[in-house]
Amino acid sequence: MSGTLIRTASPVAERGRGRPVWRPALGVLTRYASPVLLVLLWQAACSAGLLSTRLVASPVQIVATGWALTRDGTLQTNLLVSLARAGAGLGIAFVAGVGLALVSGLSRLGEDIVDAPMQILRTLPALALVPLFILWFGIGETPKVALVALGSSFPIYLNLHKGIRSIDPKLLEMARTLGLSRARTIRDVILPGALPDLLVGLRFAVGISWLMLVVAEQVNADSGIGHMMMDAEDFLRTDIILVGLAIYGLLGLASDQIVRFLETALLSWRPSHRAARSA
Amino acid sequence: MNAVAPLTQGAAVVVQGLTRRFGDGPAVLDRLDLAIAPGEFVALLGHSGSGKSTLLRTLAGLDPVTEGSVTRPRDVSVVFQESRLLPWKRVWQNIVLGQDGANRRDRAASVLEEVGLGHRVDAWPLTLSGGEAQRAALARALVREPAFLMLDEPFAALDALTRLKMQRLVSDLWTRHRCSVLLVTHDVDEALLLADRAVVLERGRIRTNLPIPMERPRRHADPRFEHLRGVLLESLGVHDD
Ligand SMILES: Nc1ncnc2c1ncn2[C@@H]1O[C@H](COP(=O)(O)OP(=O)(O)O)[C@@H](O)[C@H]1O
Ligand SMILES: [Mg+2]
Repeated sequence: MSGTLIRTASPVAERGRGRPVWRPALGVLTRYASPVLLVLLWQAACSAGLLSTRLVASPVQIVATGWALTRDGTLQTNLLVSLARAGAGLGIAFVAGVGLALVSGLSRLGEDIVDAPMQILRTLPALALVPLFILWFGIGETPKVALVALGSSFPIYLNLHKGIRSIDPKLLEMARTLGLSRARTIRDVILPGALPDLLVGLRFAVGISWLMLVVAEQVNADSGIGHMMMDAEDFLRTDIILVGLAIYGLLGLASDQIVRFLETALLSWRPSHRAARSA
Repeated sequence: MNAVAPLTQGAAVVVQGLTRRFGDGPAVLDRLDLAIAPGEFVALLGHSGSGKSTLLRTLAGLDPVTEGSVTRPRDVSVVFQESRLLPWKRVWQNIVLGQDGANRRDRAASVLEEVGLGHRVDAWPLTLSGGEAQRAALARALVREPAFLMLDEPFAALDALTRLKMQRLVSDLWTRHRCSVLLVTHDVDEALLLADRAVVLERGRIRTNLPIPMERPRRHADPRFEHLRGVLLESLGVHDD
């Protein structure tokens, strides 16, 4: 069930966008029929004793556990901790990624200094740094936030840098003939032109931030969704583990929607599928 | 610019001995001389690669002057073959891009009205048709009240019907604003319809300098039109029959 959630997060939304509006509601039904059927089969298998709850809890049990965890506040507390870590890490990543991309995108010297190290570092799998980060930062909040920040700054940096570098030179030339100052050119031409790429980067960054968080919280933590799941492992509580997975899935889905919403709001100048005219 | 030749006296634009090469290549512009009087409409013709755009870019200040000299008014505007509007700014914001002062929107709206785009003031550029986008580019050029307007094949990408409308528009605008104009074009008829003088560029030098002494509005059926067209085609190396 949770697996379904995580896996379908973006493909379903993606398909939903391109779907013609006239397609009848029947299409929606058939689209959800097979996941629902799978859940029913899963429940049946558990009820019939074919699936041991030591391996996987039943859907009904997961819902019940989720409800119990919510009622005693465990879920909210851990969720808030995880959200705070992801938020802080993403915030740092955004500032660092945007700052570095501006430096290397807007000046040759900046590019020489910043871009080469970034291109080398990005080839390292960020997760491989977990042991080092624990050595450096101990086991408090710092290594977790740092890991999220590190992993998600790269997509922001790389996409924004590419966006700045691939601004149409004809537009830059136009800005020159209109007598725009460098500052105005950056504000009115370069940054808005690179915004679509920045948002693509942000979307990747959000995805990566959850991945980083899952690992950071499972390796060592005394709170957070990941910790809640690891704790449950000690007591063979597959229901709690699956609740955690479902939460991660929902978080991924929700954050993806937020970035999509940002795209619609900030890029309203792009002709939508509907309004697109043949030139 | 200490010894101004009599011919260039009082000219708005003066180019003297302009030579331009890219790297070690041959001279794209070769000791070129050209003067444009205030309010004069000059059409610049020539084969592809003859250096028309290079001359225009130099006049626009986009390319450096390395050999020779160029004098031009301070306020110039350029319109290219592509409209080069910023897609993320509404049409009116594109028009007054980089302009300060109050009533920017009103000024944009009135010049858009003038080019027949009064109904698209708040549109996004990507929703404009090709002809509308070029009108907007013209409006953006005019709102700066240039003393010298450069047009680099502005209608080359438009369909024939739209091109005719745009030619009429440029003619009207020029009659009203009376700035000096340099229009780069492939189209001999366009030059004869619009310009006071046609200049043919060949391998970086001016091969033909042809005054067009016809009153406006001009008609294709005019026998002088036929004659001048023959002369221009001849100097472009195209023979009529
Ligand atoms: N940036 C450049 N670098 C090298 N060669 C160039 C450049 N711009 C133009 N040229 C060359 O200069 C010549 C004239 O080009 P251009 O002025 O664009 O011709 P036209 O506008 O008359 O078709 C061409 O041979 C072209 O290859
Ligand atoms: Mg050209």
